[in-house]
Amino acid sequence: MRFIEEYRDADAAQRFADAIRKTVTRPWTVMEVCGGQTHAIMKFGIDELLPPQVTLLHGPGCPVCVTPVELIDKAVELASRPEVIFCSFGDMLRVPGTKGDLLSAKAAGGDVRMVYSPMDALQLALNNPDRQVVFFAVGFETTAPANAMAVYQAKRMGVKNFSILVSHVLVPPAIESILNAPNNRVQGFLAAGHVCTVMGYTEYEPIAKKYHVPIVVTGFEPVDILQGIYMCVKQLEEGRAEVENQYARSVRREGNRPAQELIREVFEVVPRKWRGIGEIPQSGLGLREPYREYDAERRFALATGSVEEASECISGLILQGAKKPTDCPAFGTRCTPEHPLGATMVSSEGACAAYFKYRRRS
Amino acid sequence: MCLAIPGQILSIEGDDPLTRTGKVSFGGVVKDVNLAYVPEAKVGDYVIVHVGFAISVVDEKEAQEVFEYLRQMEELGELQEQPT
Ligand code: SF4
Repeated sequence: MRFIEEYRDADAAQRFADAIRKTVTRPWTVMEVCGGQTHAIMKFGIDELLPPQVTLLHGPGCPVCVTPVELIDKAVELASRPEVIFCSFGDMLRVPGTKGDLLSAKAAGGDVRMVYSPMDALQLALNNPDRQVVFFAVGFETTAPANAMAVYQAKRMGVKNFSILVSHVLVPPAIESILNAPNNRVQGFLAAGHVCTVMGYTEYEPIAKKYHVPIVVTGFEPVDILQGIYMCVKQLEEGRAEVENQYARSVRREGNRPAQELIREVFEVVPRKWRGIGEIPQSGLGLREPYREYDAERRFALATGSVEEASECISGLILQGAKKPTDCPAFGTRCTPEHPLGATMVSSEGACAAYFKYRRRS
Repeated sequence: MCLAIPGQILSIEGDDPLTRTGKVSFGGVVKDVNLAYVPEAKVGDYVIVHVGFAISVVDEKEAQEVFEYLRQMEELGELQEQPT
């Protein structure tokens, strides 16, 4: 496929890897923020092409992984109600809450449906006027325009049986939280290309300056990722800390204006709890007052409470780049994709699942 | 989750800017895609699509820059072995 295959070219990838090897003179630690990049790095063995001085850490950029347990519990509770059709992207179905996951709610008789787009959930609401359709609105900035549109259209059409359970998170506050951690080891970032396609990258410029870290907006194919690492390492070697854009075929500095406008129309910035990390101020999106009637937590008067994580799982440390999946004693033994203990083992973009799938041999 | 893939617009329907949709081909697999966020997109353009929405039009010139960058590095000798 055009715009995919050429960026998987082994020769171009190798030449960027060579360039990294020739540029690097001392150890550097770079974090790829996005789970999609983590997946590609493991799948294509990109880390194995890098010189030993360059360490890649995997970031918190998997929305499935950072959705807090109490929200999974709420989803399971809603899915178990007879009047509800609960819709979700496929990768949320197997994330364990305290009382099982969405698939077990479905097995127990709940009407749980996997959808490709939030607009499909809205269509289900139109087709089933006597049922309540709830969509699990999980995601980063990339997914926010789609979720904002579903709510905006629902209001415009006066749809009364549609709502969303919101767990929207934002990347820049997570990057700052990692940089502020006392045990932070990250010296440069690959920012997430599709998040920046929507939001642009002006928000990252003050972060690069304040913390003196290079941030390179990067795509998802092997050649993209290797070029992104090369640009980041080159900045580190030269003592620069700028925001650069490797993924210019999709990302413009100001981002996608119409998408940002609709996000701002429907959502406002709120504090959010991240699974395994805790609450980060101003790190998520919630529905604005004129759209609150579409908030499932309000419509169904769900109790708010917080739930403790299973103690054995160290996914919080993994999501912050402090540990690797192979450091977890449960990895590949008590915790596998069939029997996940933590969300990072469920999503294909979770670091634990990516290691399990592509690195079991080592 | 933030997976988004490029596809080519085959046709465009509708004139309500919020529900304008296109038939988009992903290597032969054709899907309906909402084009509300890419008002500038035309038939023949490649768009990056995420959960049923196009979020950008692929800039064909920028798409070549990655390989242009490699070529320039080679010219500058950044890829040659350093004499030791
Ligand atoms: S291997 Fe399983 S238990 Fe260990 S950190 Fe990953 S998800 Fe948690």
